[in-house]
Amino acid sequence: MAIHEATPVKERILSVLVENRAGVLSHVVGLFSARGFNIDSLAVGETEDATMSRITLVAKGDERTLEQIKKQLNKLIDVIKIQDLTDEGFIDRELMLVKLKNTPAAKKALGALAAKHRIQIVDEDPKVLAIECVETRENTKKIFESFKEIGIVEIAQTGAVALSKKPPKD
Amino acid sequence: MPKMTGAQAVVEAFSKEGVEYVFGLPGGACLPLFDALYDAKFKVILVRHEQGAVHMAEGYARSTGRPGVVVVTSGPGATNTVTGIADAYMDSIPLVVITGQVKSYLIGNDAFQEADVTGITRPITKHNYLVKDVFDLPRVLKEAFWLASHGRPGPVLIDFPSDVSLMPFDFHYPETVNIRGFKPVLHGHPGQIKKAAKLIAESKRPVVYTGGGVIISGASKELVEFVEKTKAPCTNTLMGLGGVPGAHPQFMGMLGMHGTVYANRAVHESDLLIAVGARFDDRVTGDLKKFAPKARIIHMDVDPSAISKNVKVDVPIVGDVREILRELNKIVKAADTADWLSDIEKWKKESPLRYRDDAELRPQYAIQKLCEIYGSDTIVSTDVGQHQMWAAQYFKVSGPNQFLTSGGLGTMGYGFPAAIGAQFAFPKETVVCITGDGSIQMNIQEMATAVVHKLPVKIAIINNNYLGMVRQWQEAFYNHRYSSSDMQGNPDFVKLAEAYGGTGRHVTKKDQAEEAIRWSLTVKDRPCVLDFVVEAEENVFPMIPSGKSFEEIMDMA
Repeated sequence: MAIHEATPVKERILSVLVENRAGVLSHVVGLFSARGFNIDSLAVGETEDATMSRITLVAKGDERTLEQIKKQLNKLIDVIKIQDLTDEGFIDRELMLVKLKNTPAAKKALGALAAKHRIQIVDEDPKVLAIECVETRENTKKIFESFKEIGIVEIAQTGAVALSKKPPKD
Repeated sequence: MPKMTGAQAVVEAFSKEGVEYVFGLPGGACLPLFDALYDAKFKVILVRHEQGAVHMAEGYARSTGRPGVVVVTSGPGATNTVTGIADAYMDSIPLVVITGQVKSYLIGNDAFQEADVTGITRPITKHNYLVKDVFDLPRVLKEAFWLASHGRPGPVLIDFPSDVSLMPFDFHYPETVNIRGFKPVLHGHPGQIKKAAKLIAESKRPVVYTGGGVIISGASKELVEFVEKTKAPCTNTLMGLGGVPGAHPQFMGMLGMHGTVYANRAVHESDLLIAVGARFDDRVTGDLKKFAPKARIIHMDVDPSAISKNVKVDVPIVGDVREILRELNKIVKAADTADWLSDIEKWKKESPLRYRDDAELRPQYAIQKLCEIYGSDTIVSTDVGQHQMWAAQYFKVSGPNQFLTSGGLGTMGYGFPAAIGAQFAFPKETVVCITGDGSIQMNIQEMATAVVHKLPVKIAIINNNYLGMVRQWQEAFYNHRYSSSDMQGNPDFVKLAEAYGGTGRHVTKKDQAEEAIRWSLTVKDRPCVLDFVVEAEENVFPMIPSGKSFEEIMDMA
C-alpha cells in the first residue's frame, strides 16, 4: 500500500458556487479553520442567479491537502459547484484602495506606476492622495511593494475574484 | 389547505415521515412544540438528560436503519445534545434533531437560555438550519429527513425559534426534495468495477476489510455472497461487526488495535485489500506507512471524501456499497486462495483469540457466557473502553444492525441510552448493554426512562472499579501510575437499579455467572443490571500500541 507522498506547497485559486444563504460562508471558512489552514484571500458576491453566490478563494497547500479540501467542500450541502482554476487558466482581479502621502515625489512615482498598471487617483486633498488599483493578484503584490516605498497612510484590499478562461459547457 | 402553527407542522411532518418515537425533554423555548406533540399519534419519550435522548435516537436509528428524532429546548437543552450529535456525525447515524430557540427577534441579544446552536453544531452536523420564516419550514423538514438518511447518513439539526413555532400558516408538505448541492453518486463506475474484478481474480492473498458502510447500506447479504464468491478472508472494523455473521468460516474477527492477531497478520501479508464502506481510521491502520505494506487497494465508499483521505487507493469506486457489490458479484471470479486460507488457518491456531480461563471471574468469560445464553441474534450495545473491545471480540452477533457502539467519537455514556432506543424499536428482542463501571455512570439517569416504559433492557456491567482502558494504558505506557483511573466511590449498582424500580444481581464468582444471566432473561418488565465484579487488572489483548504497526503487536503472555 502506498501512503501519500508530500508534494510541494502551491497557491491555488478556487471558485466555489454556493447557495446564497445565511451561514454558508461560515460553513466554508470553518472547513479551513478546523484543519488549521489559512485562507490567503476570499471574496464573495451574488451571481447572475440571485439564489447563488460565488466565492473566490485563494489558499496554499500541497496537492493532497487541497484535494481533501475540495472533497470536503463538495460535501457541504450548500456548495453547488467547485472549480479549481489554478490549472485551467483564469482571469483575475484584485482591488486595492490606498491612501498615500500627497508629495510631489509620490505623484511622480505614481505616474510611473500608472503608465504600466490600472491605477488612478480617486480622491485628493493637500495631505493625502487616495488611489485605486485594479490588477491581477500577481501584479497587485508587486504594486503593493511600490506603494510601501512611497509611504502608505492606510490601505484596504479585496481578495481576488476570478473566472475560468474555459468556455462554459452548456 | 390546513392552517396550522409551525409547531403543529413539525408534528404533522414527523407523521408523514413515519416517525415512531421522538426522544426529548421540554423547556421554555420548545413549549409550543411539546404542546403540539401532546396530540401526536407517535410516541414521545421523556428522557432525563438531553444527551440520553440523542443516544436513544442513535440506538433506534442504528438498529432500524431509519432516522432517529430528538426534540429539546434552547440553550442548555441544545448544548447537552452536542456530544450525541458529534457521535452520530462520526459514525454516520441518521438523526433529525430539533432544538427550540429563543424568539427570532431576540437572537443575538444574550436572551435567557440562548446559545448559537447552528454555530456550535456546524462542524458536527451533516447540515443544519435556523428557521426564521415559518414558510421555509416544510421544505426544511423534508430536506432534513432526506439529508439525514441519504448518501452518507448523518445528523441534521433544525434550530426553531419559539415565535416561529407559534406562527399560523398554510401547511403543505413537499413530496420531493431538490437540493442542488447534494447529489450523491450511488452507482459505481462500471469501468472501475471491472478493474476491481480483474485485480481480485489476479490476487493471491486478498483480504476483504469492511466497515459501517456495509451495515448502513444494508449490504450484508451482498457482502457474504462476495466473500464466498471470491473465497477471500474477511475482517470487520468495530463499526462493521455483524456485516458478515460472526460464525462465518471466512470471518477473521475484528482488525486493528484490538483485532485478532491473524486478521491483522492477514492484512499485513495481503497483496490486495478490498475496503468496503470503511475509512482507514487510525485505530485500524496504526502506522500508515507500515499498514498493508504489500497490498494494492480497492476502496468502495459512498463518500468521495473518504477515498484517498488516509491512504492512496489503486481502484477507487464511489457509490453505495450494496449497489457496487451487486454489480461486482455479477462478474467477479474467485481468486486462487487455497494456500492463503490455509496460512490464515495456521496463524489462527498459533495465536487464537484467548484469555486466561481459570477459576477467576474474567470479563471475557462473562461476555462469552452472555453471548452463549442470550444468543447471537441479540442486539448488543456497548459503551467505550475495555468492555467494548471484549464485547467486539467475544460477543459474536449474527447479523447487521445488532452491534451498536460508539466507534468514531468513543463516547462513554452511549451504550445504555442506545440500548433503550433499540429496545423501543424491537420490544420483543433481547437487548443488552455491555458497559463498564465508568461508562454506565455517564447516563445512568436513563434508568428512569427504562423503568417508566417497562423496558427489559439488560445492563451487563463489567465492573473492575477502574476506568479500565485508561488503567491499561497507564500500566503499559505510564509505568503503572494510575492517575485518576481508580473509580473509588462507585455505588452499589444493583441497589441503584432497585431505587429506580429496576432490578439486578451482583455476580462476583465465575460459577454464578451462568445462572444470573439465565435469571436476567426472566425479567421482562423492567431493566435488569448484572454487575459482574471481575478481575480488576485484566488487559485487552491483542494490542497494537497507538501509531505502531502489526510488527509490534502485543499478545497475551
